[in-house]
Amino acid sequence: MTSTHDADGDLAVRTAGLTKRFRSGQVAVDGLDLAVPRGAVYGFLGPNGSGKTTTIRMLLGLAHPTAGRAWLLGSPMPDAAARVLPRVGALVEGPAFHPYLSGRANLARLDAGDATADPRTSRRRADAALDRVGLSAAATKPYRQYSLGMKQRLGLAAALLQPRDLLVLDEPTNGLDPQGTREVRHLVRELADGGATVLVSSHLLAEIEQVCTHVGIMSRGRLLLQGERAALTEREAARLAVTTRAGQADAAAEVLRGLGLADVARDGRALPGGAGTARLTAALGPTPPEKVSAALVHAGVDLVGLEVDRPSLEQVFVELTGEGFDVAR
Amino acid sequence: MSRAEVLDGPGAGLPVAAPAPVAFARLLRSELRLVLGRRRNLVLLAGLALVPVVIGTVLLVTRDSALSGQGPAFLAQVTGNGLFLVVAALFLCLPFLLPLCIGIASGDAVAGEASAGTLRYLLVVPVPRTRLLLVKALAALTFAAAAVLAVAVTGLLVGAAFFGVQDVVLLSGSTVPVGEGVVRVAGIVAYVGLSLTGLVAVGLFFSTLTEVPVGAMAATVVVAVVSTVLDSLPQLSAIHPGLLTHHWFDFAEFLRVQVDWGVVGSGLAVQAAWVAVFGSLAWARFTTADVTS
Repeated sequence: MTSTHDADGDLAVRTAGLTKRFRSGQVAVDGLDLAVPRGAVYGFLGPNGSGKTTTIRMLLGLAHPTAGRAWLLGSPMPDAAARVLPRVGALVEGPAFHPYLSGRANLARLDAGDATADPRTSRRRADAALDRVGLSAAATKPYRQYSLGMKQRLGLAAALLQPRDLLVLDEPTNGLDPQGTREVRHLVRELADGGATVLVSSHLLAEIEQVCTHVGIMSRGRLLLQGERAALTEREAARLAVTTRAGQADAAAEVLRGLGLADVARDGRALPGGAGTARLTAALGPTPPEKVSAALVHAGVDLVGLEVDRPSLEQVFVELTGEGFDVAR
Repeated sequence: MSRAEVLDGPGAGLPVAAPAPVAFARLLRSELRLVLGRRRNLVLLAGLALVPVVIGTVLLVTRDSALSGQGPAFLAQVTGNGLFLVVAALFLCLPFLLPLCIGIASGDAVAGEASAGTLRYLLVVPVPRTRLLLVKALAALTFAAAAVLAVAVTGLLVGAAFFGVQDVVLLSGSTVPVGEGVVRVAGIVAYVGLSLTGLVAVGLFFSTLTEVPVGAMAATVVVAVVSTVLDSLPQLSAIHPGLLTHHWFDFAEFLRVQVDWGVVGSGLAVQAAWVAVFGSLAWARFTTADVTS
């Protein structure tokens, strides 16, 4: 009882000092403190080999931590596995099914293992899950004839066999074409809208960055940072770039300074707009960009262009690690 | 955690689990369908069933030739009484073919799921590890029973069709009526089936050690073969009684006028010991190991 109350009730996933040292001595996960709020879409990001999958295996009770603890939906793992895991849908390190069974038979097989699943609705739920991932037409085909994308979809269907409070999706877009990737993003958004928490891991930042409300970034077994995505990308001050007529550059700079923007400078580079234009840059700070444009227009400055350059997660990551996202492979 | 907490807390609307025996039965049905529906396993069973057909055919063709009556034990009696085809076929399959088939099925039990990656998905369903291991063990035992029955049933059918069924002449030369003969042969079939349970446990244990099913299968067969080899070395007679295969051919006890139940019992006790030891090892390993496949 005490152990369950250690965990914050509003966290769907929590770990404290979670560590995994392999027998080889390699530390795959090092003192991880994850905090995934309920209802979040948590992007669990990091290069291949950074410890994401090992973390997920420990969360799900497949591997035992060397040190530290983990809670899913407020209950300690792996002790509460029987109670908690029926509410958790998972895709771990790629899909895996019996090759000679059909997609539908494979789902029935997993459903047969679930003590909380009603056998009477098994077929209906399997077909609904297949339909949801667009596999209805291939339901009776043996799994070994599935394409990589279809296999991935069947993995997602298995995670959706039952209503879930938490989905742990490890690299769900692996092997999918751009259209399939978009569908997965859409599915993740749909699940989150339905009230589920989604922990989605990826080594491709750009693929899931857009759907995440929260982000945790792993590198070499450690969690470099985590938090709300918007806050993370705003950590680095967004830059504003204003393009005006060349003759109005000074007036525009005056307006920007008047708004309290720091670091106002004239960009000396040659501009695509030609000699007639000038480009000013400034740190945007907390000022909303629309206020800047309104002020410029109000001051009679012809606004040729206005850009806000927010750093992407990738830039944040590169800055934190000093390495590219795919380098640590 | 008290029940009220579960209902009021963040976990409100918890899914209700079926009682353990119900959940166990459902998974076992699924497992049996998987094992007995798998083409490779059906081919193995068909191969075993072919053995008495081949023996019966050979004996039928050669019964009037000079070669008639030659060969290993029980073979000579077959042409006189079809019931003996069951005994002769089991006698010929027991040293290698049956251990091979059982090694394949039991070695594949856990390692097969691990190598396919389906093990991790079963465990996060979640299927409790002890339940999964028990289901795997029962399915492997069922396959072993099916293997013995495949030999026995076709042996009976082919034997009866080719040579008819007569009163049974026992080892001592005395004769018992057909009814009792059938019961005695059924006893032999049951004893052979139970004699293989130790090997199933060994295979299941090896299966929990590896993600390579072929490795577990081969290791299981090797255990049976090595046991037979050790059993043939008189210098090792001290350990013979405990060997996995030492009592396998004691099924002949059922063909004595007075069945010595002490002999039968000690053979089965040795199997029970192997099942207990290797079943425990499999359980200890499987319930604690990290699943990394």
